[in-house]
Amino acid sequence: MSSARHIALVGMPNTGKSTLFNRLTGGNARVANWPGLTVELATQRVLLGSQMARIVDLPGIYDLSGGAEDERVAQQFLAATPLQALVVVLNACQLARQLALVLQLKALGAPLLVVLNMSDEARQAGIRIDTAGLAAELGCPVLAVSARLGEGVAELRTAMGRMLQQPDPHTLDLSRAAPAADWHAQEVALWKRHVQHPPTLAAGPTARIDHWILHPAAGLPLFVLTMFALFQLTFALGTPLQDGIGDLFSWFRGAALQPLLAHAPALLQGILLDGVYDGVSTVLSFAPLILLFFMLMAVIEDSGYFARAAFMMDGLMSRVGLDGRGFVMLMMGFGCNVPALMGTRVIRDPRGRRLTMLTIPFALCSARLQIFLFLTAALFTQSQAPWVLTGLYLVSLLVALGTAWLLRGRQICSEPFALELPPYRLPLWRQMFARGWGECRSFLRMASTMIVAGVVLVWFLTHYPDQHNSFAEMLARAMAPVLTPIGIQSEMAVALVFGFVAKEVVLGALAVITGTEGAALAQHLAGSMDHLAALSFMLFTLIYVPCVATIATVRKESRSNWFAAGSVVWSLGLAWVLCFVFYQSARWFFG
Amino acid sequence: MSTLLALPLHQSATVLDLATPVDLTRRLAAMGLRRGCQVTVLRRASWRGPLQIRVDSHTELMLRRIHAAFITVSAEVAA
Repeated sequence: MSSARHIALVGMPNTGKSTLFNRLTGGNARVANWPGLTVELATQRVLLGSQMARIVDLPGIYDLSGGAEDERVAQQFLAATPLQALVVVLNACQLARQLALVLQLKALGAPLLVVLNMSDEARQAGIRIDTAGLAAELGCPVLAVSARLGEGVAELRTAMGRMLQQPDPHTLDLSRAAPAADWHAQEVALWKRHVQHPPTLAAGPTARIDHWILHPAAGLPLFVLTMFALFQLTFALGTPLQDGIGDLFSWFRGAALQPLLAHAPALLQGILLDGVYDGVSTVLSFAPLILLFFMLMAVIEDSGYFARAAFMMDGLMSRVGLDGRGFVMLMMGFGCNVPALMGTRVIRDPRGRRLTMLTIPFALCSARLQIFLFLTAALFTQSQAPWVLTGLYLVSLLVALGTAWLLRGRQICSEPFALELPPYRLPLWRQMFARGWGECRSFLRMASTMIVAGVVLVWFLTHYPDQHNSFAEMLARAMAPVLTPIGIQSEMAVALVFGFVAKEVVLGALAVITGTEGAALAQHLAGSMDHLAALSFMLFTLIYVPCVATIATVRKESRSNWFAAGSVVWSLGLAWVLCFVFYQSARWFFG
Repeated sequence: MSTLLALPLHQSATVLDLATPVDLTRRLAAMGLRRGCQVTVLRRASWRGPLQIRVDSHTELMLRRIHAAFITVSAEVAA
């Protein structure tokens, strides 16, 4: 048995390690122009030359002694794993402050390979680097690479393959590491000898964009407008696609499945057609919207806009006990709450971290977005829908910030933190597509397992013991005293219960409960709910427990059952109280 | 002598001393903000939010005002 040969990618946050990892492995680790996105180890087996190696993408570290949890993940891995090679990824524009990490690692005797990434940006800025001189002085290969453009990646592969030939892997003894500060003088000397800078850097495009993006008055409205444009574009491009797919599914049902199953037993026909097919096809028609939403989201993530959002929001966030990073986590939570919860690991202060974790489940994630897209399209006009949706996003933010404000305690968040504001970067098609497709694929995987199981279960609950006195009816009757005051019909109760497991099941469940799918389901809902009831249902769906996966992540990240339980009770209670106040007062005003 | 917090916008200065918490000082050093480096405050965020600071010519970062108050700089006469 050949033991796995490990090669690790290390470097400071936001030096493009994950982009390089994707280049080397063909994988799709998430990439964003935001320091500290990788919080877990991504690994992939790769053939280098004639040998297999396992490449590991580590979270960014500033030096070898940082105390945040994401940094500890990297340190623990380095201290425990024998490495064939350590690829140190540096930002070529920032060598003046990044070479100390190389010196620190070199002093520990690690087999190094230094990558000067983003060398395209350095070239553009007029920075000239003497790689041969650096290599001679550091005593290890130094390669200029642009992971984004793919320049120098083939050479890097060859160099990595050569490192695999070495007989013994090396394990680092981090306890022997000298503080980074000891290396600063040598770092500056190295930099002066081998890097030529233009005397003054012209205020680049980043400064000109920042002038507007970070404008004291226009900055925030511009950000809200950008997010609004993202939703609007998703709607405008995605809805026709969605309708097309929906029609295709209906046609296939009528033309192929019904004749095929005409002679099957009624029970089987019911489960397969009214259960699985209706449920799953309703959910699947959302795939194009998911793809589009995340492709557009990738543009914003890659651009570096989120770090600017953190800058603009930090003043406000500190007042509710959070910091600018908390705001960015919420934005990421708009995609999915689970990675956003893991992203809180960059926050060192345990109190600040827990407070941020309490707010993230209120972030309107893509699974909830589907439900809202469907309901808003079914019940509101084309011009009203984007406003309703934007309103829901605002409510999501307000509830999250309000929660932090209420539960912040007496302590004002003063965690010392400094955040890099990286230069703006244009998105790459490759990355946009990788992101969109990655989300789409995990959605389809969900649809093929969990959602099928969910809708089959819902079908049984609505058809047994018999159609008019089913388990679903019993459940609905039991829940009616709680749900009626907030304007939610009892037939929705089963959908809400399944939404507890995963929000992706809700639409499928509704399709099964009402016995309709696609456009017919939309019509049925429009007939049975007015605007206020629909808004209340969406409000409740937004605020009550996100999904089992989120609860499990809260538990795992906080390492506390009580904290996770508290988080669930708080959101359930808050959802009911807010809906009650909204629905009853709206009924009173509008009759 | 001045603090980074009191430094006027767009005026370059040299960092003389950092009296920030140890963790933050280490982090800032890794970002290039150390004794002897050139800093410029590019803008201040609203709601008493953080400062946007350029360090030498390679890095831009945000730093909260309470921490900028503990960084001493020598303001040079702008050329």
